[in-house]
Order: sequence, then structure tokens, then C-alpha cells
Amino acid sequence: MSKALTAAQAPGTTPQGGAGPRADRNQVWRRLRADRSAIAALAVVALLVLTAAAAPLVAALEGQDPTTYHNALIDSATGGVPIGPFGGASAVHWLGVEPGTGRDVLARLVYGAQISLSVSLGATVVQIALGVLIGLAAGLGNRLADTVISRSMDLVIAFPSLVFAVALMAVVPSGFPRPLLLMLVIGVLGWGQTARIVRGQVLTLRGLDYVSAARLAGSRRWRVARREILPALAAPVITYGVLQLPLNVAQEAGLSFLGVGVRPPTPSWGQMLSSATNWFQADPAYVLLPAVLLFVTVLAFTVLGEGVRTALDPRAESRLRAGIERRRKKTDAQEVPA
Amino acid sequence: MIRFLLRRTVSTAAVLLVMSAVVYLVFYAAPHDPAVLVCGKGCDGTRLAVVRHKLGTDLPVWEQYGNFLRGLVAGRTFDSGNDVTRCAAPCLGYSFQTDQPVLQMITQRIPVDLSLTLGAMVIWLLLGVGTGLLSALRRGRLVERALTTLTLAGMATPVFLVGLLVLMLFCASLQWMPFPTYTAFTDDPAQWAANLVLPWFSLALVISAAYARMTRSSLLETLAEDHIRTNRAYGLSERRIVLGHALRGALVPVLTMLAIDVGQILGGAMLTESVFGFDGLGRLLVTSVNQIDLPVVVGATLFAGFFVVIANAAADLLYALADPRVSLA
Amino acid sequence: MTDRQKLVEVTDLRVRFASESGPVTAVDGLSFGLGAGESLGLVGESGSGKSTVAFTLLGLHRGSGAEVTGTVRVDGTDVLAAAENELRALRGARAAMVFQDPLSALDPYWAIGEQIAEVHRVHTGSSRAASRRRAVEVLDRVGIPDAARRAGAHPHEFSGGMRQRALIAMALACSPKLLIADEPTTALDVTVQAQILDLLHDLRTEHGMALLLVTHDLGVVAGNTDRVLVMRDGRAVERGPVAEILGTPRELYTRELLAAVPRLDGPRERPAGATGDILLSVTDLRRHYPAPARRSAAPGRRALLGGREELRAVDGVSLDIRRGETLGVVGESGSGKTTLGRLLVRLTQPTSGRIRFEGTDLAQASERRLQPFRRDLQMVFQDPVASLNPRRTIGDSIADPLRARGGPSGPQVRREVGELLERVGLRPDWYHRYPHELSGGQRQRVGIARALAPRPKLIVCDEPVSALDVSTQAQVVRLLSDLQGEFGLTLVFIAHDLAVVRQVSDRVAVMRHGKIVELGTADDVYAAPEHPYTRRLLAAVPVLDPAEADRRRAARAELRLPEKESALAS
Repeated sequence: MSKALTAAQAPGTTPQGGAGPRADRNQVWRRLRADRSAIAALAVVALLVLTAAAAPLVAALEGQDPTTYHNALIDSATGGVPIGPFGGASAVHWLGVEPGTGRDVLARLVYGAQISLSVSLGATVVQIALGVLIGLAAGLGNRLADTVISRSMDLVIAFPSLVFAVALMAVVPSGFPRPLLLMLVIGVLGWGQTARIVRGQVLTLRGLDYVSAARLAGSRRWRVARREILPALAAPVITYGVLQLPLNVAQEAGLSFLGVGVRPPTPSWGQMLSSATNWFQADPAYVLLPAVLLFVTVLAFTVLGEGVRTALDPRAESRLRAGIERRRKKTDAQEVPA
Repeated sequence: MIRFLLRRTVSTAAVLLVMSAVVYLVFYAAPHDPAVLVCGKGCDGTRLAVVRHKLGTDLPVWEQYGNFLRGLVAGRTFDSGNDVTRCAAPCLGYSFQTDQPVLQMITQRIPVDLSLTLGAMVIWLLLGVGTGLLSALRRGRLVERALTTLTLAGMATPVFLVGLLVLMLFCASLQWMPFPTYTAFTDDPAQWAANLVLPWFSLALVISAAYARMTRSSLLETLAEDHIRTNRAYGLSERRIVLGHALRGALVPVLTMLAIDVGQILGGAMLTESVFGFDGLGRLLVTSVNQIDLPVVVGATLFAGFFVVIANAAADLLYALADPRVSLA
Repeated sequence: MTDRQKLVEVTDLRVRFASESGPVTAVDGLSFGLGAGESLGLVGESGSGKSTVAFTLLGLHRGSGAEVTGTVRVDGTDVLAAAENELRALRGARAAMVFQDPLSALDPYWAIGEQIAEVHRVHTGSSRAASRRRAVEVLDRVGIPDAARRAGAHPHEFSGGMRQRALIAMALACSPKLLIADEPTTALDVTVQAQILDLLHDLRTEHGMALLLVTHDLGVVAGNTDRVLVMRDGRAVERGPVAEILGTPRELYTRELLAAVPRLDGPRERPAGATGDILLSVTDLRRHYPAPARRSAAPGRRALLGGREELRAVDGVSLDIRRGETLGVVGESGSGKTTLGRLLVRLTQPTSGRIRFEGTDLAQASERRLQPFRRDLQMVFQDPVASLNPRRTIGDSIADPLRARGGPSGPQVRREVGELLERVGLRPDWYHRYPHELSGGQRQRVGIARALAPRPKLIVCDEPVSALDVSTQAQVVRLLSDLQGEFGLTLVFIAHDLAVVRQVSDRVAVMRHGKIVELGTADDVYAAPEHPYTRRLLAAVPVLDPAEADRRRAARAELRLPEKESALAS
């Protein structure tokens, strides 16, 4: 046989290089490692997580706790401005004390990080879990289920979740643990996008020939879903989850800022910022510290998310968007709480 | 067109109905007894029963909801036997804590959000679309990288943070302007604008990041399409290709995004209002949540939902008008 | 031709792209010329570099990062060296291009007339009104009925064939000297293809334009160009007058290419033989879908009010399939042939009708009741990329039906898969390979092995070779035919290519608008077609003999009236 006719039988040339999922995973990691800003962001995130986890340790190291009042360190004549420069920073109170109360700022910040990170992480997990389940139900279910779910999805996505979150905070009994409540409220109001993405993916996958082939092979429904559909969902879901994290950090801070987040005396960044509005002139350090911390946290998660997104899908800037729906309502830019 | 409007009106009404039912049930299943709060201190059992009867909270939830719906059409009368409170149609509820109809409380605050939203919208559109355009056309250059970083930072900044820093910088440290307080446009247009400058920019800065991103990716996607290749193959200039052919398609998603954002913010920009101390719908909601003034919470939430549903319909309409391939049928 | 300046002169053209796996040479030292009014067919299989050449002629490689050397002169413009504005003055004005996919090649937001007028205005500086008049004029010339009114329509309101006509009208707008057509009919049905090629032919003789026709289809070249250049791996393999190249090719590659092209008068794989009893019988089979035709403002949302239209994909089909035979199903896009195929193996549930397989009606059977029949009814899919899960090894995919059968153990499954791989011409130790490591033809072989694994009685092949190059096509067709004999299979062979279907089938069903318009033995249907639609289809098939192609063009001109009606119906 000639060359022309044997071309198709030429043993294993690898047009794209790499071999299968395992190599893919290595490739993703390699690409992520090559992205310097993503690695920097990862380092910041790691540092934040460590600090938050070790909050009692950090406070102990300083010899302070987040709830003790230090009336001696504030000037009652001015309504409670910390005595000394930079918010009363000293060898005892490294980042100064809170105006009005004299509580230790460093201790409050690191304990605040605990709230911020745990609530946003928990909320993301709730969002993703709900989103995947509901999206799967819509994508794999019958027409009626799909219609009902899709409509509620539209509504959940369009509705300003902050409004509902604030409103919901009003009706839950005060005995309910607040961090858990925040987690649930943010999570339960934010599954729409994940569900939409999962549904879109499932519908696309369901129409692919290899899924038909698996049905013809006699595989049962659940096996088809598990073997042919679920693995393909991992990449978009992970990407979306990582991008959702910083939004949840901001959401928690926003709710606390509005005074419907965690209850005092539990410290949180949003709450600190909210009380800082009264101390603009007298104690700028007290505004800047939580502000910078919040900004750095959100930025680090955002940059990391972008890095993961590109590493998982280097070609399309966002296959997430392009492949799923021509009509981009708010798929790319998620809700910005105003 | 008429069929579309008709259908959308029907479905909008249906959605609002469902939403009101959900909101109503959620809030009235709450453990707080509105009557206790209205009744105030030193309230005894008999007095409480009278208040309950007046508020109608002694009825089953579905009957309360029925009264609420009827009130929307026919108005309501709260009657305890000795004192009577009238709430004219359309009655969205009555706040006994402030002794005002809920609808009145809401309509009083709408100008604040209208001013805030429309002004900020102009800025974020100019800023966002401009940035997105620039970074798409200067692809791979330093400008693009700088803009992308800025956009990411913008997306990472919660609006209240921007507001706080802006206030601290311009009003507290530099003292270039006084802390803003809302002045009605009808009272003094110059004061109105001067007081709104900082809130406008704070809100717009944060929101424009999303628009920059959307514009950029959408334009890049459009520029990669086959019909742009046709334009090139037929000797059109890059300028003509971008402005005449690519931008139109690229801005369609931006347009629908705009409709929805405006709808959301009109329903209450809670964070912005709180930072700047403006008394808009958002703060109304926050205040009533803290005071557990349930009729107001329900009313404000429903109103926000109303804006969102209208905005969704507007987005669909705009999308259909902008894209000839989409029919309104 | 030698003494005067040629319209197109390409000398030692080399084009290199950077790719993930290092630089790729798309064009490797190609030279050719084209005089005014001449026509040249650039032919090659995928990856031969033919389209790259077409793009380079207009300098469209710029900005793509391609590395281009050599010289390219088009109508006096040195394309590789020219300034951007010089190039723009060439593009569309003196040399115009027609693309493969007419839907995506036109701006969806602009009216068609406006797009054509814009090109005219940019190059001639005419007034808006004059350019608009010109647009209507050229639209009328390419056969758009009621051109003045339809110039205001948007691309999505045109059918595929009409969009391609509109694109040709755009090319005509400035009366160019050179028309470059890059696979202009590949995305079109065969009857529409014939119309577009005839139009190009007429325009060329009328305006004296030179034509560079880029195509993978030797049949397209035969009737439409004077000379042919066969490309392979970026190089010219053979060139010369079309009759010579197609009649008496000198190069081995050209000969093999020609031999692989299925012909209406070529050899048949299936000598008409006796076939057995009825294996599968369908009666009045229907499958209707709610009409999705237009995108509504809110995708995924159903109309709250207002009626629903129906698309009748399969609209009352009855036929018997006999044990051991090959039934060919031909039809153009939208004829319902794929839906019919999916109904036969019960991937799709019929709206109504009966599917009797060995005496059992499977039409409305539940998934559970279908289970025992699944192994008997298999399918080979069109797209070798989409038909294999990219995340699973090919061995895993082939083993699925074996495992579902529940019998054999691990090592035995592996051995059986190895045997199957070997039988379809792949290496038995490829169990652990992933689909992306395989070529299109190899993937299709994997698809066949998977269909074969449960030892089925019937295999429906849905366009099994249309995504493949012709040389690979021939191999896959041969393989299917061999397997049929060896395993005693019954085949349903669905394709749009009439020649392929003739080659493999005992009997042929011609489908149109969800119905079978003609059903008979392959010899009868092809030699003495009864239905006018079948006749039109057959008249539209490109042939390899240039003289015969001319005769057929004349014959089509007589048939044209009814054809036009059908093409413009949408």
C-alpha cells in the first residue's frame, strides 16, 4: 500500500501530545506554576488561611485577646480616641487599640479573618453543592423539571441576593449561630450561576455521540451519568467555585458592614469598617487596617481564580461563557453588591 | 411585539405573585410577633390580643396573605374596635412602628436611588466600556496589562470600601468637600449633583470593572468571528471593522447586563447608601430589618423584586431589538 | 500566457505557523501562476495547505503570527511587502474571496444589501444610493429573486444556498479580476452545490474573471476549472490541464486519490445477492419535534401563550430491513435521515408508529425493556471526535458493551478488545490510548470496533465517512463491507453522498422532508430513478470527467426551474 492509504493506519502519532487525564492534571499544575501572579496570590491565600487558623496562637503571642476592653488606653475626653500615634500602637498592642473600647486591633483582625474565611469558604461549598445538584436535576430530568428549575434559576440569579440576605437575617431566631447562618444564607441565595453552568454542560454532553454510544452499549442511566457526564463537569465547577470565593468574602463583609452579620462581640472586618466610619479624622489607622486586609484577601482570591481559570482552559479566555450560552446575561460578571 | 409585551406582562405578574407569596410566608413564619413589637413596653395579654386583631396577625397565614393581596387592589382598614387605621389602595402594608403606609415610605425614597443609579450608570458605562475597548484593541501591550490589573483590583473592591476610602480622603483628610448629604434635585440641582459626586464615582468605579471585562472579552470574541474575516478580505479598514461591525455585536451582552444592573440597584443600593448616609430604599430595608418592622421588610423586598423582574423583561426586549436574529414572538 | 504579466504569480511560497508542538510548515516551496481569465483548481486533502495558499493571496495571514517567505504578486501588488492600504485596495476590489461557510461569513447584524453596498462604497467612493443600487444589481445577477426587497434582509433570513449567492454577489460588487473560492460548496447540499458551481461558471465566462477554486473534491474541480494543481503536505504533487490530471494522472498520489473517489459508475462493494428474512420492520414511523426554528428572546423558556409549531423530522416512514443486506439511506440535510437512524436503534423514541425487531415492537418500549435488545442494535456515528469520550481510553469505551453484558472477567475483556482492535485494523495493544492520540480514520475504526463488540445483528452507520478524507473514506467503507460478510451483519448506511451509498448498498431509500420518496434496489434507483427528486439529486452529483461534467451542466440547465423553486422555498 502507498503512503496515502497507510497514513490512517500509521501507528500512534500524538498530534496534541500528552496522554489522558493524569497528564492533563500535571499540565494544569504546570501552567498554574508558570503564572507568577497566581503563585503570589496562592502564597497570600496560604498565609491568610494559616493566620486565621492560628488566630488564638497569634493573639497569645501578642498576649492579647479580641474582647477585653482597655479603657486606660483611650481618651474619654475625645469620646474614646486611642492614646498615642497610629491608633495607639505599642509593644503591647502591636496594631493599636479600637477607638471607643480599647480592644486590641490585631487580635480582632486575626479573629475576624477566621470569620471571613470560614464563612466564605462554607458559603462557596454550599453554593457549589446546591448548584451541582440542582443543575444536574435540570439537565438530566424531564422537560417539566427542567422548566421549573430553569425559571427559578433565572429568578435567583437576577435577584439581588444582598437584599434577600439582609431580609432573611431579620427572621431567623437570634439563638441560631450567626457564622453558620451567614454561610447558609449566602450559599442558599447563590446557587443559581453554578446550576446554570452545570445544566448547560449536562445538556451539551447529553447530546454528544459518545453518550449515545454508552446508552447503546447497554449502560444504565446512572452509569452513563457517572462515567460520561460527571467527569466533564469538574473543570468548570472548580473554576467557578474559585471565582466565587472572593465574591463571598465581599458578601460577608458587606452584611457585617450593614450590621446584619455576626453579632458583637465576635469580631469581623465588615463590622470594624462600619464602626470606623465614626473615626475617620481621629483614627485613620483603624479604617485602613481592616480595609487593606479585606482588599488584599479579595484580590488574592480573585487573582488565584483567574489563574486557575486560565490553567484549566488556556485557549478560550472563558470557555465557561462561550460554550454554554450564546446569550450572556450576567454569566461572566457576577453580581456586584451595590 | 404586542404579543411579547402581553406575554411578558402576564409572566411578570405571575412571577411577582409567586415571589410575594414566598416572601410573605417566609417572613410571617418568622418567630417575631409583630404585634408584640407594635404593642410596645408594658403590654398585657388583652392589649396584645387587640393589637393582633387589628394587624390581622391572629388569622391563619394564608388568610393574611389574602388580605395583603386584597389590600393591593382595594386598600385596607386596620380596625381594633376603638382605633382605625386606613391604608389606601394600592396598600403594600402599613408600618405601625412609624405609623405610615409602606408604599409611601418607599415612594419617598425612590428619588434617592433614581439619582444615585442614573448618575452612576453614565459614569460606569463610559469608564467600563471605554476601558474594555481600549484593552481589547491594545491587546498584548503594556496598556492592556495595566488595565487588566486595574480591572481585577476594581472587581476585588467592595463598594463600601471604596466609599469609605473616598470619604476619608476627600472629606476627612484633604477636606476638599463636606461629607455628602442628599439634597433633592427639585430643591437645588447644583447641591444635588455636588452631594452625589462621591457616591456616583464610588459605585461606578466598582461596577465599571465588570463592564470593562465584559466589553473586552465580548469584543475579542466578536473580532475572532468569521464575518470579521470577511470584512478584512474585502478591504475594510480596521477602524471601520471595529466601529461598524465588531462593536455592535460586542455591546449586545453589555446592554442586557446594563438593564439588569440598573434594575438591581434601583431596588436599593444598600452598601452605598449606608456608607454615605443616604436615605434610600436600601437603608430603609436595613433599618426595618434591624427594627423588625416586617411590613416594611416585605414591601421593600417585593419592590426590589419588582424592579428586577421589570429589568429582566427590559433586558430581553433590548436584546431582541439589538439582535435581528432574535424574534420577540 | 508566458509573455504577458500574469494576474497571480506565486514563487517559492513558504508558510510556517507556530503550534503547541513546535513550528508547522503549512506551505512548503509552492510556485504557480494564473493568467487573467484563467481558472485553476487547487486540490488536496485536509492539511495539504491549500486554504493557507488562498488566504495568503490576499495577505490575510497578517496578524496570525505566520511566517511567510517567497513572493506573491496579485495584479501587480506585491502582497507580502505591500503596505496595509495597498492591500486594502486589492482586497475585494481586484481580488475577491468567497468562503466556505456562508452563514458565519456574513455579519448577522447588517442587512445583506448594506454589507455589499459598504464594500462597493469603500472601494469606489460612490454615493450611498449608487452603492445600494449596485448591491441590488449584483444580488439580482446571482439569482436572488426580488433582489430590491431582499437586499434589506439579514443573513439568517436566507437559506444556505442563498447566503452563498449573496457572498458571491459581494465578490462581484467591484467587478474583480480574480475570484478566490475557498471550498465554496462544502457546507451545501449537493443540489445547491451544483447551482452555486453553475453560477460561478456562468459569471466567469460572462465577466472574464480568473478563478482560483480551492477544494478537497476532485469532482468539483472537474467541471469548473481549466487547470488543476494537486497539493500534498504543502507541496505541489502534480499540475496540468484538468482533463489530463483527472484522465491520465502521472503521479501515484493523484492516482490513488482518484481511485478513492466514489463514483456513480464505479465498482460496487456488494454484488447483488440474495438476502434473508425480515430482521427489522418499521411501519408509519413518525418523530415530531416542537419547532425550534427561530431563536426566541428567552432561550429555554417556553411560550406562555400562543400555539406551538411542529417539525416533522420523520413523517410516516415504512420499510423492511432484511437479514444480511445493506440498506442505503440518502438525503440532503434536514431530510430526516439521521433521526430515522436513531429511531431504528431506539436512541430516540418515535412519536408514533411501530418498530418490529425479530417480532417484538420496540417503538414505545421502556429503557428497561430495551435492555436485552441493546446489544443487537448498534450504531456508528458521523463525528469521530464527538463519538469517543476524550477522558476514557479507547479500550474502556470498546469494553463497555462487553461489561454491560455482565459475563467476562477483566483479562478476558481485555483480550476480546484486543481482538476487536486488531480486526478493525488497529494495534491490539492500544487499549490504553486516548482518542486524541488517534487520527480521524483511526477513531472511526474504534467506533466500529465498539459497535461490533456486543456482536450485534444490525448496525446503523450514520454518515460514517463524511468527516474523513477520501483516501481514508475508501478504507473505512471497505472495512465495513468486509466485516459485514464476516459477522453476517445487517447494515443501514446513511449518507448524503450518493456515490458512496451506491457503492455499498443492496437497496437504497431516498429521503426528503421526513419521507421516503423512492425505495428500490441500488441498480434500479441509480439507473432508472422514478421520482423527480431522485433525478435531480443524481443530476447534481459532480463527476470526474470534464466532458461529462459539461454535458451534465447543460442537462441541469433544463432542470433548473424546479430546482430553483426548491432552493428558494425557504
